[in-house]
Amino acid sequence: MSVRAHLVVERPAFRLDVRIAAAAGEVVALLGPNGAGKTTALRGLAGLTPLSGGRVELDGAEVQRLPPERRRIGVVFQDYLLFPHLSALDNVAFGPRCQGLGKAAARRVAAELLDRVGLAGHAHVRPGRLSGGQAQRVALARALAVRPRLLLLDEPLAALDAHTRLEIRAELRRHLAGFDGATILVTHDALDAMVLADRLVVIENGAVVQTGTPSEIARHPRTDYVARLVGLNLYRGEADGHHVVVGDVRFSSVERLTGPAFVAFPPSAVALYRSRPDGSPRNLWRAVIDGIERHGDNVRVHLHGPIPLLADVTPSAAADLDLIPGQDVWAAVKATETHAYPA
Amino acid sequence: MPWPLLVPALAGLAFLVLPLAGLLVRAPWATLPGRLAEPRVLEALRLSLVTATIATAVCLLLGVPLAWLLARTTLPGRRLLRALVTVPLVLPPVVGGVALLLVLGRRGLAGQWLYDAFGVSLPFTTTGVVVAEAFVAMPFLVIAVEGALRAADQRYEEAAATLGASRWTVFRRVTLPMVAPGVVAGAVLCWARALGEFGATITFAGNFPGRTQTMPLAVYLALETDPDAAIVLSLVLLAVSVIVLAGLRDRWVGAT
Repeated sequence: MSVRAHLVVERPAFRLDVRIAAAAGEVVALLGPNGAGKTTALRGLAGLTPLSGGRVELDGAEVQRLPPERRRIGVVFQDYLLFPHLSALDNVAFGPRCQGLGKAAARRVAAELLDRVGLAGHAHVRPGRLSGGQAQRVALARALAVRPRLLLLDEPLAALDAHTRLEIRAELRRHLAGFDGATILVTHDALDAMVLADRLVVIENGAVVQTGTPSEIARHPRTDYVARLVGLNLYRGEADGHHVVVGDVRFSSVERLTGPAFVAFPPSAVALYRSRPDGSPRNLWRAVIDGIERHGDNVRVHLHGPIPLLADVTPSAAADLDLIPGQDVWAAVKATETHAYPA
Repeated sequence: MPWPLLVPALAGLAFLVLPLAGLLVRAPWATLPGRLAEPRVLEALRLSLVTATIATAVCLLLGVPLAWLLARTTLPGRRLLRALVTVPLVLPPVVGGVALLLVLGRRGLAGQWLYDAFGVSLPFTTTGVVVAEAFVAMPFLVIAVEGALRAADQRYEEAAATLGASRWTVFRRVTLPMVAPGVVAGAVLCWARALGEFGATITFAGNFPGRTQTMPLAVYLALETDPDAAIVLSLVLLAVSVIVLAGLRDRWVGAT
């Protein structure tokens, strides 16, 4: 059960044009900032938003002309949208009932699914009395109850608090691994995407900007948005052997390249100095501090200069350096931690 | 509190409450039980309750789908349609009665056909009472239900569609249960309006005891012959109104 889709949705000030594919058993995450068109893409797949063009194929059969009720695509909505007037059991039994199963048979299917998500004891509870995590699991069970060909999840963890989120994320991963159809989930949270998905599709401004496995994307970001998500400094420049020139800065890298290239390195690879360091470290330039903030156990320093830069330094180093906004410093990046790849 | 607001406010309150208090003060309490048991009173009460209930059922059957049409579809001319639906709300009921006579009377546009084809004549029958009451009361229901439909979160209907529900199933199993409180409120309001209907009823259905003489008609008639009876009948209607209001208090009166 696989899906291939080309989704085009035109709005007055927005155009979505993306190609998405997911194989049976594969989990694909659509990752992107708010307003990028992720949810519109999901709604287009489900048939809830009409497409201006393109197609949706499930197992090779076109379904873009079918109304949502005839697509057999399960959807877990962002705030779950459990029917408030039905018990958890009847929420899950709703789909099987619509597929023509009798009341008793539909409830048997529903009870089994609720048991699978660990909520057998909450079958007769109304959604209003479920916790966020429980409601999420009921919503998943309800979507799976129609034996969908494709499962869609819209920000499945966004409505949960941080603690529940951790727990539910691991559990959701297990449930998705047990689903044999294709799964497409939408998220703006890089961690959710990395943990849950086999493959990421990054969408910005209605277009796909990068696809790949989580580790590929984490190592080789291709846009500022992705670089920020995975916590890397990213620049685009011109490579010439073991050097990449970005504006006025010349980076040395381990890789050998020519032509347009990206350079990426983590903020922790940056060292800051009050005066020009001794010796002749490569990848060195003057920068000005814009601001500082706490970042985990370290201090994150925002700098500008020939190129914008993020640097993480230890609190003791920050104290020694007397970091204040407007201050001039020297920034150096270790060549061994600079990563270059073709643009 | 500024007196230019306080004085008119108290005067307004007195204006609304005093007549009802007068009704209670002048009621012939001693003979009340006997008068309530009079066949004339019981007959009018029974007829009123039965016709208002049937009229409400008719309004539900036709009004809920109409409200759905106004709230959920994008028909061209929907605004005009909504305006037309609310006309009976502002129309003097007597005019409504005259209009009904012109259309459904034995020589009316549709009435003549009804009579020729089925031998059915609506004016001056109990059915005519139901028609008159439904005509006047239906807008109350339509407006209440349409408001509830507009306020309901349509994403639940989308969720139902992704689960394989047809539009009819969505309406029956998701939309209707979710707007049920609005439908109940609309039905109660509709029923109260039907119960108090006077102008359209007397014009279209006449005033025949046991057949078309509802409570309001009986009150008006009794006032000329037996004022005490009129007070008793009025008390009954007042009691029914208060009970209805009490039933709706959480929804309407307590909306602070």
